[in-house]
Amino acid sequence: MTRVFVSRDLAAKSVGADEVAERIAAAARTAGADVEVVRTGTRGMLWLEPLVEVETPEGRVGYGPVAPEEVDGLVAAGLLDGAGRSEGAYLGPVEELPWMKRQQRLTFGRVGVVDPRSATEYEEHDGLQGLRRALTMTPAEVVEEVVDSGLRGRGGAGFPTGIKWRTVLGAEDELKFVCCNADEGDSGTFADRMLIEGDPFVLIEGMTIAAYAVGASEGYVYLRSEYPDAIEALTAAIVTARDRGWLGEDILGSGLSFDLQIRVGAGAYICGEETSMLESLEGKRGMVRAKPPIPALEGLFGKPTVVNNVLSLATIPTILANGAAAYAAYGVGRSLGTSVFQLGGNVARGGIVETAFGITLGELVNDFGGGSASGQPVRAVQVGGPLGAYLPVEQFDLPMDYEAFAAAGAMVGHGGIVVFDESVDMAAMARFAFQFCAEESCGKCTPCRVGAVRGVETIDRITAGVDRAENLVLLDDLCDLMTDGSLCAMGGLTPLPVRSAVRHFGKDFGS
Amino acid sequence: MTMEVTDSAPVPAAGRPQRVRELAAERIRLRGPLLPILHAVQEEFGWISQTDIPVIADVLNLSVAEVHGVVTFYRDFRRDPAGRITVRICQAEACRSVGAVELGEHARRSTGAGFGETTADGRLTVDEVFCLGNCALGPAVQVGDKVHGRVTPARLDAILGEAR
Ligand SMILES: Cc1cc2nc3c(=O)[nH]c(=O)nc-3n(C[C@H](O)[C@H](O)[C@H](O)COP(=O)(O)O)c2cc1C
Ligand code: SF4
Ligand code: FES
Repeated sequence: MTRVFVSRDLAAKSVGADEVAERIAAAARTAGADVEVVRTGTRGMLWLEPLVEVETPEGRVGYGPVAPEEVDGLVAAGLLDGAGRSEGAYLGPVEELPWMKRQQRLTFGRVGVVDPRSATEYEEHDGLQGLRRALTMTPAEVVEEVVDSGLRGRGGAGFPTGIKWRTVLGAEDELKFVCCNADEGDSGTFADRMLIEGDPFVLIEGMTIAAYAVGASEGYVYLRSEYPDAIEALTAAIVTARDRGWLGEDILGSGLSFDLQIRVGAGAYICGEETSMLESLEGKRGMVRAKPPIPALEGLFGKPTVVNNVLSLATIPTILANGAAAYAAYGVGRSLGTSVFQLGGNVARGGIVETAFGITLGELVNDFGGGSASGQPVRAVQVGGPLGAYLPVEQFDLPMDYEAFAAAGAMVGHGGIVVFDESVDMAAMARFAFQFCAEESCGKCTPCRVGAVRGVETIDRITAGVDRAENLVLLDDLCDLMTDGSLCAMGGLTPLPVRSAVRHFGKDFGS
Repeated sequence: MTMEVTDSAPVPAAGRPQRVRELAAERIRLRGPLLPILHAVQEEFGWISQTDIPVIADVLNLSVAEVHGVVTFYRDFRRDPAGRITVRICQAEACRSVGAVELGEHARRSTGAGFGETTADGRLTVDEVFCLGNCALGPAVQVGDKVHGRVTPARLDAILGEAR
């Protein structure tokens, strides 16, 4: 039997992967060939989706992008045997593609490779090794292993995960929680979604290790409603994991009890902020809480709570399976390990790049991304989501490193990189940053709630040429106020895209 | 944050309060049951009526104001019925870099409905959304539950034509 792989990831489906999978199954039936079409996650080479891979003795041979109407021709040319070198869509062995070969896939190792619904495949591809090893250690040893790995939160702030866990472990309470932040509201980020759709068991394993390490008995995944495919994939995986004894009572015969639930968000960006997420989980409006108390001590329902991003938690099994040192060997300075960078926007080869920290912005945008999709020169990139800075091509030698970015007045955030070509109007993007903040502000503090509205008005006056010099000063002042006076990073960081746009692209503001 | 004055008390549809009560009661054992309840009501009825709110508040032993405050905070919860098909056009940065704003304007011209509006025939509700997680294949548009990538104005018309 020949196995043919087609992604079931939302991005692949958005350009026709379902139709391609159906056509292949139909063509195989017509040809009387013994073929199984396996639906996987995506390899993350999104410009090649729908990507079709065929298992051959030489490995998995790829074809992409394949339009539904091209399927019959490719099958006639020998697709089911991995043949058809002369066909435009033929890519050769997928693992050998330069774009794949240059990466170091630790967290995303199984994504695009395995059937995300199959617990058996998960175990065959090294799944559960991290949990099994963790269960032979004491909770404190697990926590120290995570500290030693240097893993920092992938959700944005980059806080060391192990240190957070140490606080929760040290908090005494009979009830503790592990909450996974799967709100992923940032534009240009989709790695959480792809991980959940493409390898949901690794998130379950990571959360279970976290629960063991800190002494938690219940877990929640706060998953945004905009991701119905991820909700479905994770729901299915949780059911399977319970059946297999990977969740519930006495996990893997260790005596550990831990169970997981999904909570679906309701379309509010601010609910990605951790305290707002906790309020939302409790059934309230997603209003940010003042810190302290930190969630590690008083989190969900006032109980000690680990709050971590999807990627932070999904990286834990790898760290436990291979040891902290193996993970910490990747990266630079205090940014250790690998990060999953996401290339989006106006980019020729968009998708997921997992490499060690330290790769430069230019390598990502030009070498991996191939420049803009439009063919026009790249003018700006926004890194780290809607609250991240806009950077000009002159800064493309910046290494992806939390400290180096902070020193340059920018942020790595969740690793999303959005590319813009020459047609971009940066004053319009700065205006949008304020507009987005005004729209999504939780409303608790004035600098954010009102400041963002004033920001839009001020930029409108600047671009209309009304008292431009005075209004630029006013804008600066407003940015200072929002930076210093906001309770959380929503209001506190909105000045970042705005100021970087003014600084690097001043001519768009008429100055 | 919306403020409003409701003058005459709305009358609930027959059978609806009882069903809302059931949906709420089924979820009351969850920790923090309000959002799951609101999602369930919206899933079943397509929207959350002003008359559902006191019922839910009663089951959860919350004040009507608290439940009202939650319903109005979240973009997902509709407070009036939507068209048969909902179309959400991503307007976040990555999609903007490849023409999402122009696509939104095109949608308004070709359907007659702006963001948050329903077409006169009641078929389509058009709305904006901030990121569908398809940022490398934008502009992204969600029709019902299905996301479409690389949507040009012509493709949008074709997709909407099929959906209608
Ligand atoms: C406005 C705002 C939005 C945020 N959105 C997200 C998000 O979507 N996903 C996420 O993991 N973290 C988000 N964060 C960061 C979280 O508050 C928190 O730092 C993170 O979930 C902690 O997990 P980590 O240490 O694993 O990164 C956001 C923060 C702010 C201020
Ligand atoms: S900065 Fe904005 S989002 Fe954050 S607490 Fe204040 S009002 Fe809420
Ligand atoms: S910005 Fe449009 S899908 Fe992410």
